[in-house]
Amino acid sequence: MPLYLNDDQKMLQDSAADFMKGEGSVAHLREFRDKNCKDGFSHALWKQFAEMGFTGILVSEDEGGLGLGNVEAGVVLEEIGRNLTPSPFLTTAVAGVEALNAGGKALREKYFPGILSGDSVLALAIDEGAKHRPDQISMAATREGNGFKLDGKKQFVVQGGSADTLIVAARTSGSAGDEKGLTLFAVDTSANGLSRDSVRLVDSAMAAHVEFDGVVVDADAVIGEVDEGGAVLQRMLNAGRTGAAAETLGVGAGAMDITVEYIKGRKQFDTIIGTFQALQHRAAHLYSEMEIARAAVLKAQQMLDEGSSKAELMVSVAKAKSSKATSLSVKEGVQMHGGVGMTDEYDIGLYMKRDRALAEFMGDANYHTNLVAEMHGY
Amino acid sequence: MSDLESFRKETAAWLEANCPPEMRQPVVDESDICWGGKNPTFKPGQKEWMDKMAAKGWTVPDWPKEYGGGGLSRAETKILLQEMGRLKMRSPLSSFGIWMLGPALLHFGTEEQKLHFLPPIARGEVRWCQGYSEPGSGSDLASLQTSAEDKGDHYLINGQKIWTSYADKADWIFCLTRTDKSTKHKGISFMLFDMTTKGVETKPIVLISGQSAFCETFFADVEVPKTYGDGVSSVVGEVNRGWDVAKYLLGHERSMISGDGSSGATSLGSKFADQYGRDEMGRLDDPMLRAQMAEMDIDVLAFRAMAERFGDTFKANLCHPAQPNMMKYAGTEINKRRHELIMSAGGSEVLEWESDASNGGLTARGWLRTKANSIEGGTSEVMLNVVSKQILQLPNA
Ligand SMILES: Cc1cc2nc3c(=O)[nH]c(=O)nc-3n(C[C@H](O)[C@H](O)[C@H](O)COP(=O)(O)OP(=O)(O)OC[C@H]3O[C@@H](n4cnc5c(N)ncnc54)[C@H](O)[C@@H]3O)c2cc1C
Ligand SMILES: Cc1cc2nc3c(=O)[nH]c(=O)nc-3n(C[C@H](O)[C@H](O)[C@H](O)COP(=O)(O)OP(=O)(O)OC[C@H]3O[C@@H](n4cnc5c(N)ncnc54)[C@H](O)[C@@H]3O)c2cc1C
Repeated sequence: MPLYLNDDQKMLQDSAADFMKGEGSVAHLREFRDKNCKDGFSHALWKQFAEMGFTGILVSEDEGGLGLGNVEAGVVLEEIGRNLTPSPFLTTAVAGVEALNAGGKALREKYFPGILSGDSVLALAIDEGAKHRPDQISMAATREGNGFKLDGKKQFVVQGGSADTLIVAARTSGSAGDEKGLTLFAVDTSANGLSRDSVRLVDSAMAAHVEFDGVVVDADAVIGEVDEGGAVLQRMLNAGRTGAAAETLGVGAGAMDITVEYIKGRKQFDTIIGTFQALQHRAAHLYSEMEIARAAVLKAQQMLDEGSSKAELMVSVAKAKSSKATSLSVKEGVQMHGGVGMTDEYDIGLYMKRDRALAEFMGDANYHTNLVAEMHGY
Repeated sequence: MSDLESFRKETAAWLEANCPPEMRQPVVDESDICWGGKNPTFKPGQKEWMDKMAAKGWTVPDWPKEYGGGGLSRAETKILLQEMGRLKMRSPLSSFGIWMLGPALLHFGTEEQKLHFLPPIARGEVRWCQGYSEPGSGSDLASLQTSAEDKGDHYLINGQKIWTSYADKADWIFCLTRTDKSTKHKGISFMLFDMTTKGVETKPIVLISGQSAFCETFFADVEVPKTYGDGVSSVVGEVNRGWDVAKYLLGHERSMISGDGSSGATSLGSKFADQYGRDEMGRLDDPMLRAQMAEMDIDVLAFRAMAERFGDTFKANLCHPAQPNMMKYAGTEINKRRHELIMSAGGSEVLEWESDASNGGLTARGWLRTKANSIEGGTSEVMLNVVSKQILQLPNA
């Protein structure tokens, strides 16, 4: 498979680009932020995502979706990133759907219609501390009746406050650090004993602290096999991390574009500042880092879609590299804007904030760099 | 089985049967590279491997068969290289003829020039050097002064080149000369001539690595014939339009120098962990070095994806023409960083310049050599100028 988008993927890119720019632009983000909207995104826009078919990208055709892959999900995510579009696309239609794809038919039949119609929102309850450490999950799921009882706390549950369903990773046996003993559950947020405390993040998105106080779920809430949730979790993480990398790439590309435009217009010392080599070289370096990150992300997406055994290595490479390149992009962006880059009026600061949140989502660059060392055996 | 699958199978079988064992070991130093030429020095296995591959046209697999190539499609070429990589085989022949002159001739040469010059390159019979830079003209290459006067049936060449890699070992030179002094870019010609012509002299330059693969090259009243019989012109492209050829060739040189940013091995860390020592968890026993190694792994894997993407988009005519400049910049900067890490992992042992243990300071000399990567073939600063102007469209001062 050549390492560029094919014609169908390009068509999808064009329509996603038009759509995000038109309906989900930075102005849209500002509107929802300024209204102090409790969900941090527009449900009407989410419905439109569904009408465009985006929510079904990873759902098979048999089940009413488009039956496409991580490349296509990434195409949409990149445009989301470029426009800072607030939406639950990454948690619901990418990571959430991939988790459910690893589960049984009954679960999919239960949840897919709502996702396809844009009525449902999923969120992921994985992290228990300030940093992403899925191997350290310790939240308990103990057998009760024909189901399980969940006790514990989760945080950084992005869109958790507006979600109707949480994908929850908990321990049915063993303890933190054990390879076996994890189980994934699909939990209705209306369940007794479940409480959510939503907080606004630096990028204006909402994330919840979720407390499970004896939340009882049926056995059919289990995604995959009891104690064997590691594989389901991994599948969800692969899609989520690759998706986050694609969105990050869009943020970096968007920030670079507005910065380059800005220095083409701004005059100081009677000269356009974009003529200064001190800025030109840094801009060209940034471009080069973004291009390298772009290739890494597409490679990871393709390898996942092909089911390559080395996909996970490339997923970590993509997440780490896109995060570093985009962090450079937003930092250079604010600096090259000069004083106005520090103002709320200019968009560049919003890009910096979204980058920071995405960098943390599903493992930062250091986390993935460590994984790469481990996968290479050192 | 698809055609490509059977091609892969047959290729692997042929390589397995024909590649001498000496050619299945990693390249350690310069002398392990086979350059061919009129007076070549071969190490065991080198000539056999070069000749066998040349007979199939596989020293230049994607060149047309009539010019000594293998006539393979891009997909087949990729498979051949993949199979050679998988079986850990060395390249049968390296040369400036293959990397630079060949592509330029294929693009700009006449049929006579192609038939005359290309097959000997493919067979490793003629070794070429590149006469571009002059003491006063490096980054500003087009300011070059070496003159070629039209004397009817020949050109008379006077001037000096510098940094001519392997000029003392090369048989022929592709040389930029000034054929019109009244204009800068449109007064340059791209000429081919024999290094044994009367009036050509070379003098090695010793580098900071203590080695001297480079020369100053002097031309005193060198007579270059206009044709080498049968209409084979000594000038490639039109007279005074050599800058177009030079630039095209630099594009190839730049993507070649950028390499894959890694000089071979996939993971620096896994290679050094055994040598350096591991902690009780099996991790490289220096957390800072381990972190830097892992960052390097990420950069190399990401860069490789970019190189693959460049290859694919180039094929499909989807890449920006200044893309090789960006790759040259990024690839050479990564390679320099990589060698800094290799030095740091080696500690005091790799500081030994002349001991047997250090193989004559191999690691240190290699490290020093990489510093030229971001200078030769156009400096990093010049690459960034091109990217900012041509890709980002930033304005001129
Ligand atoms: C938080 C804050 C507090 C401030 N407080 C005060 C205050 O109290 N009083 C006051 O008077 N001002 C204040 N300033 C203004 C501050 O001094 C200016 O923002 C600063 O001098 C930069 O000017 P600029 O914003 O117009 O950026 P510009 O001059 O437009 O610069 C934009 C970019 O171009 C680069 N650039 C410009 N010229 C060149 C060049 N020749 N070569 C290379 N690069 C160049 C800059 O480095 C920058 O990256 C404040 C600014 C901020 C952000
Ligand atoms: C190991 C090695 C092998 C080589 N092999 C060959 C060969 O085979 N054939 C051949 O013809 N040449 C060869 N070269 C020459 C090489 O192409 C030149 O050295 C190179 O183009 C730089 O020119 P220069 O050395 O004159 O440096 P200069 O042009 O003098 O540059 C000095 C410094 O100024 C910077 N600079 C120059 N112009 C600008 C600008 N506009 N903006 C910002 N910074 C600028 C440069 O980046 C550099 O850092 C080789 C060089 C080396 C080191």
